[in-house]
Amino acid sequence: MRRRQFLILSAASIGGVLVYSLDRKASRVFAQEKSAQTLKIPLRFFTKDEAMIVAAAAARIFPSDDSGPGAKEAGVVIFIDRQLAGPWGRDRYRYAEGPFDENGAREFGYQGKATPRETYREGLKGLKDFDSLTSEQQDKKLQQIENTHLFALLRQNTIEGMFSDPVHGGNADMVGWQLVGFPGPRMSNYDEVDKHFGEAFRPKPVTLEQVLHRKVRPSEDEDTASA
Amino acid sequence: MKTLPSTDVVIIGGGWTGLLMAKELSARSAVSIVVLERGRSRIPEYSSGMDELDYFVRMHMMQDPSREAVTLRHHDKENSLPIRQYGAFLPGSGVGGTGEHWGAVYPRLMPDCFELQSKTVERYGAAKLPEDHTMQDWPVTYDEIEPFYARSEREVGVCGKAGNLNGKKIEGGNIFEGWRSSEYPMPPTITPYFSELFRGGAKSLGYHPYNNATAVTSEEYTNPDGVSRPACAFCGFCERTPCMINAKAQPTNVLLPVVRQRKSVTLRTNATVKRIVHDSAARTGKARGVTYIDESGEEIFQPADLVVLASYTLGNTHMLLLSGIGTPYNPATGKGALGKNLTHQVSFGVQAFLPKPLNKFMGAGGTGVRISDFDADVFDHTHLPFIRGGMIGAMSVGTQPLSTFGTTPSSMKLPRWGSAWKKASIEYFDRTGVIAFSGEQIPHKGNYFDLDPRYKNPMGDPLLRMTMNWQDNERKMAEFMNAKMVEIGHAMGAKEVNPFPGYGDYDVVRYQSTHIQGGTMMAKSPDLGVVNSYQQHWEIPNLFVIGASTFPNSGSSNPTPTILALTYRTADAILDRYLKKPAPLA
Ligand SMILES: Cc1cc2nc3c(=O)[nH]c(=O)nc-3n(C[C@H](O)[C@H](O)[C@H](O)COP(=O)(O)OP(=O)(O)OC[C@H]3O[C@@H](n4cnc5c(N)ncnc54)[C@H](O)[C@@H]3O)c2cc1C
Repeated sequence: MRRRQFLILSAASIGGVLVYSLDRKASRVFAQEKSAQTLKIPLRFFTKDEAMIVAAAAARIFPSDDSGPGAKEAGVVIFIDRQLAGPWGRDRYRYAEGPFDENGAREFGYQGKATPRETYREGLKGLKDFDSLTSEQQDKKLQQIENTHLFALLRQNTIEGMFSDPVHGGNADMVGWQLVGFPGPRMSNYDEVDKHFGEAFRPKPVTLEQVLHRKVRPSEDEDTASA
Repeated sequence: MKTLPSTDVVIIGGGWTGLLMAKELSARSAVSIVVLERGRSRIPEYSSGMDELDYFVRMHMMQDPSREAVTLRHHDKENSLPIRQYGAFLPGSGVGGTGEHWGAVYPRLMPDCFELQSKTVERYGAAKLPEDHTMQDWPVTYDEIEPFYARSEREVGVCGKAGNLNGKKIEGGNIFEGWRSSEYPMPPTITPYFSELFRGGAKSLGYHPYNNATAVTSEEYTNPDGVSRPACAFCGFCERTPCMINAKAQPTNVLLPVVRQRKSVTLRTNATVKRIVHDSAARTGKARGVTYIDESGEEIFQPADLVVLASYTLGNTHMLLLSGIGTPYNPATGKGALGKNLTHQVSFGVQAFLPKPLNKFMGAGGTGVRISDFDADVFDHTHLPFIRGGMIGAMSVGTQPLSTFGTTPSSMKLPRWGSAWKKASIEYFDRTGVIAFSGEQIPHKGNYFDLDPRYKNPMGDPLLRMTMNWQDNERKMAEFMNAKMVEIGHAMGAKEVNPFPGYGDYDVVRYQSTHIQGGTMMAKSPDLGVVNSYQQHWEIPNLFVIGASTFPNSGSSNPTPTILALTYRTADAILDRYLKKPAPLA
């Protein structure tokens, strides 16, 4: 097994939100403590350098800007790291027998041999030092790879990390849900469904664990074997 | 191979059809029944079902393609490729089958769907039939199965409003539907805002909107078997997930509570059937039982006097092909019926961008408003370049962010990532509604199932192959419907409507529906089909094949009501006739 690597985040980079670290402990970083505090998050799949690149790319796909927080605050990179370490990352549930026709038409879906883990690991080699570029340079670089399978995964996983239940490591403090007014898993809307016609009804979001009052084991924990 | 003691009946598959057959046979006979289900029971996990990532995106409930995949090619000259991740359709595995994560929309087929070919010729002449079609009438009519539809609605627990009670048209219901002998057992569900907007828009254009029939509860309901379910709470986690409170009808909350009480029924999970063992002979062949792989990987022979194949359209066709039962269809000669008349409903949507927030997270499976003004042969096709049609509707099933975030009006010409895209996606997130179409696919000479020559499953068996593409009739139908749907969108007040771009080649990525029909179709004679109208195999009278694999053509309606109605009819025929005299029923 490779030596465990950590993602070191300064509190300033995640503006005052709850982050679920990879060992399942929740850490809250307060705005006022900002620069003083850093978070050391153990990585399950990525190396530290890979994690920095992915975090930077996700932050361009879903930026933090005047329309609200983005991939950085939601902890999208933590989400992606866990997904790759779990069964999805190694194609546990994909038909992965050959022959592979990498040039199969779009209508057949992704036909490549590479698992998501392999696609990230290989693809990120082409984005060396991405995290130290300016935003403009980063956007240019992403435009160049826009049609690759890696980018398709990055975009899909970034959206997933923004809006999945926080149990999966992203959407920290439900920032993604708050951004779009999604309340999460509410057991009942019986008294509301025929009301609020034409007006935004925005109940306070809740997570699955808050609703169920118990721990939930997400699919990525089904198989935590190291990469 | 280990051989088990013989059973009277073995049922392959523990989904809607398999468990219904077990319930019916055990209610009125003493036969011993073994149900073999390849998956496990997941009921204890259902309370975690409100997780969009694991259930909607990673597809926790669905069949695992690494264990059983299907391949596709668009025509005979193309190489097939495996569908490596299910997308266009999402079959299930485990106790309850696909019926656990289904959407619960519960409409009957239009009566003329059963007489597709003769009714079309009667009205328009044979010249109107699409080129290379393989339409043929069903050996059973709507009138014959009406009582079974009604029975299924009471047992499954369906809500809705009749539009045609014994021939009397009723405003507010679907006035174009076939006659019904009785009202729905429950009134329609509440109509959420988006669907209500659709009703208004459709009405303003002179159409006849109605509340869709659905198998979720609009009030607390107890069925004739004494099984109770609470009223739906509109949590919005419905299709693709199991229901947490049993408001959505599922095999495990409607049938299993009864089946579990029956001492004559044994349900074996983690039992993957490999073959039906049989002696062949035209019309007097005999099934001896089945072989299956148990949890430990051991192959086991389960002898049985009667075999019921209930493993969904894909499994049913695959099993007969693998077991060498019947004559595989040959598209070049037209001979053979096994694998023929594969259809997949025509499903697409247009996105309407509405001025006000829709609160779309609230909803329930099957809840919504539809019109049937362009269904079946309700409208005149004389001057149209296609036959048949379908339903247009606005469902409020509950919308989650992973599946819908990122939809923006196409006039904005936005990139698919970055600040501008993010901002617009947030703005339109709860202002976008999908107006959806569900229509008939006409069976075609070139659309069929057979065994794939290259790709295999882990047991070493060839995968099922679909040769499938959209044909002219579907493409032209979609073009016509798209225009109607965009018009309705505007009538609902949409600022903009993203139209359907039209059909390219059959696509396995975009979800269409899990409404796949054909492969073991029923017919009035052995040369025309695989089973008779009682879903009894023409060559092997002690083999019954149940499910949508026996449909000669797709309807525009969701298939399960018809699947279940036919299952009741088959169960009655087995109980009242076959068990007394095991012989061909037709
Ligand atoms: C997302 C979704 C939404 C849907 N919405 C609707 C809807 O709104 N309305 C509607 O009418 N229909 C809907 N459907 C379709 C509906 O679920 C099916 O029509 C119905 O479940 C078919 O019942 P069945 O018994 O034929 O198959 P299933 O319910 O799939 O049961 C078949 C069972 O057989 C088992 N099996 C297969 N092969 C083997 C084998 N070799 N050995 C042992 N066991 C085996 C499977 O594991 C499965 O449990 C939907 C489906 C999906 C996926």
